[in-house]
Amino acid sequence: MNKRKKPLYQEFTKGIIKQNPVLRLVLGTCATLAITTSFVNGLGMGLAVIVVLVCSNVVISLLRKAIPNKVRIPAYIIVIASFVTIVQMIVKAYIPVLDQALGIFLPLIVVNCIILGRAEAFAGKNSVIASALDGLGMGIGFTAALCTMGLLRELVGAGTIMSGLQSLLSIFGDHVLGGFDGIDLYEVFPALEKLSFEPITLFLLPSGGFFTFGILMAITNRIAEGKGEKKAELHDCGSCPMAASCRMKPEEEKKEESA
Amino acid sequence: MKKWMVTASPHVRSGDTVTGIMLDVIIALLPALIAAVRIFGFRALLVVAVSVASCVLTEYVSRKIMKRENTIGDLSAVVTGILLAYNLPVDIPLWMVVFGAIAAIAVVKQMFGGLGQNFVNPAITGRIVLLVSFPTAMTTFAKPLAWAQGADAVTTATPLASLSQIDLGGNIAAQMNSLSLPTMSQMFFGLIGGSLGEVCTVALLIGGLYLWARHVISPIVPVSFIGTVAVIMLIAGKGNFSFMAYELFSGGLMLGAIFMATDYATSPVSRAGKILFGIGCGIITSVIRLFSNLPEGVSYAIMIMNIVTPLIDRVTLPKPFGTVKEKKEKAEA
Repeated sequence: MNKRKKPLYQEFTKGIIKQNPVLRLVLGTCATLAITTSFVNGLGMGLAVIVVLVCSNVVISLLRKAIPNKVRIPAYIIVIASFVTIVQMIVKAYIPVLDQALGIFLPLIVVNCIILGRAEAFAGKNSVIASALDGLGMGIGFTAALCTMGLLRELVGAGTIMSGLQSLLSIFGDHVLGGFDGIDLYEVFPALEKLSFEPITLFLLPSGGFFTFGILMAITNRIAEGKGEKKAELHDCGSCPMAASCRMKPEEEKKEESA
Repeated sequence: MKKWMVTASPHVRSGDTVTGIMLDVIIALLPALIAAVRIFGFRALLVVAVSVASCVLTEYVSRKIMKRENTIGDLSAVVTGILLAYNLPVDIPLWMVVFGAIAAIAVVKQMFGGLGQNFVNPAITGRIVLLVSFPTAMTTFAKPLAWAQGADAVTTATPLASLSQIDLGGNIAAQMNSLSLPTMSQMFFGLIGGSLGEVCTVALLIGGLYLWARHVISPIVPVSFIGTVAVIMLIAGKGNFSFMAYELFSGGLMLGAIFMATDYATSPVSRAGKILFGIGCGIITSVIRLFSNLPEGVSYAIMIMNIVTPLIDRVTLPKPFGTVKEKKEKAEA
């Protein structure tokens, strides 16, 4: 343990931009692309993941000395699966709309790479408080990425902003936030329809999701670069079919640099 | 006193320039433009103008933002603009044209490094983006010549949409008679519903022959593409030649095969590769037309084959002159 100890708050803040699980570590991409067709779905998914991530990180960190190294992955999965089941039951009971919207992706949080990744990379080696903060930061980073993606895709793809928010807030009561249930741009600005504008449905489809994902990733990389983080690099061209005609070959460049 | 200079090859250069080639393509596209204006009215010209202007502007702005040298002089953006407009119906709202142009130039072309670095054809991708985004606007086709009679917003089904209703298991000739399809000469001269530049087969063929004569394109890709579709349609139509001819002259097959499948940056280099590319395009187009819910598949076929092009290039790598084929069995023994 020669490493200088990081201040505790950094375990929390690193997950938000610098090591954002979706946009920088590229984990949990499947769920991200599938459910971010609206802001509310993104927020709901994000909150579910925060709960599971914090709880599983804490429990795994507590048990880190009791779990034998050889069977650690099955052990982690059992802990994670228990929390996912609890969250799923709560969502089914209190926010059935969200349960329908998320569908299979809610139980699939069990195999979400972010949660297992944090258990493996962090909670299995660090103290309980640090693990809890790490889980919270990573969860918030995940939620922020999902909400941004959901907001953009919903705005461009459906012409609405935060539509269906009340269904998510209904657990807190009937008229939270003054009954704000999202904005429909085409109702607010009827002129849009007269000018024959219509939502660009491409953004609700997977291809639009990938596009939004790429743009957000580029922006986050730029911000992280400004904070002195390394640029995400290409490592291996061998698996890429474009390598035959590609001009940009990081491996060769590296060789040239070192030569 | 430097009389002799030592330089690296190439020493013999052809006089071809990007601008010259693009100018030839623009000339080759003009007959189809004239046909489009005759068939669909002056709004066709407006759509083309908006598309070209927004493509050139997007190219200029994105090069400026990326701090690269200005390339609008090579006319490639103009070609993309014209081709994109040819893929759109005449009554499409103009903002959608602009959106398609931005997708084609900024996303597909400039984000990957500009001319020659794009891995799919920009105009085709622009069309697909629009088709997926606005399915209604992209498949509402004006009736040909309706503008001249002052009739507003008369729409018609494309021959392809009608053809896709045919049940290939039944009697094809009888079904075709009941469909009230346009006559063969209407098909050939473009008096049918469809996108701006794809309807007039004869104008596209003239353009293709011009490009061939000027050695801008080789006929391998168009011939193998159209030939494959012809063969498959002949088999699917149980030898019915008129079914095959209708399939060949309708939809974007001619436009795609002549002008978009032959794009240098996104089609294979070697002769064998070009043949493979054309056959692949033909098979995918036919499969989509015959078996899927979509009436037309040319654009998807070209895009998929564009993506496969690096692999085709790798498989069909030409052998350097004089090399002997290695014999694997001997080496092992």
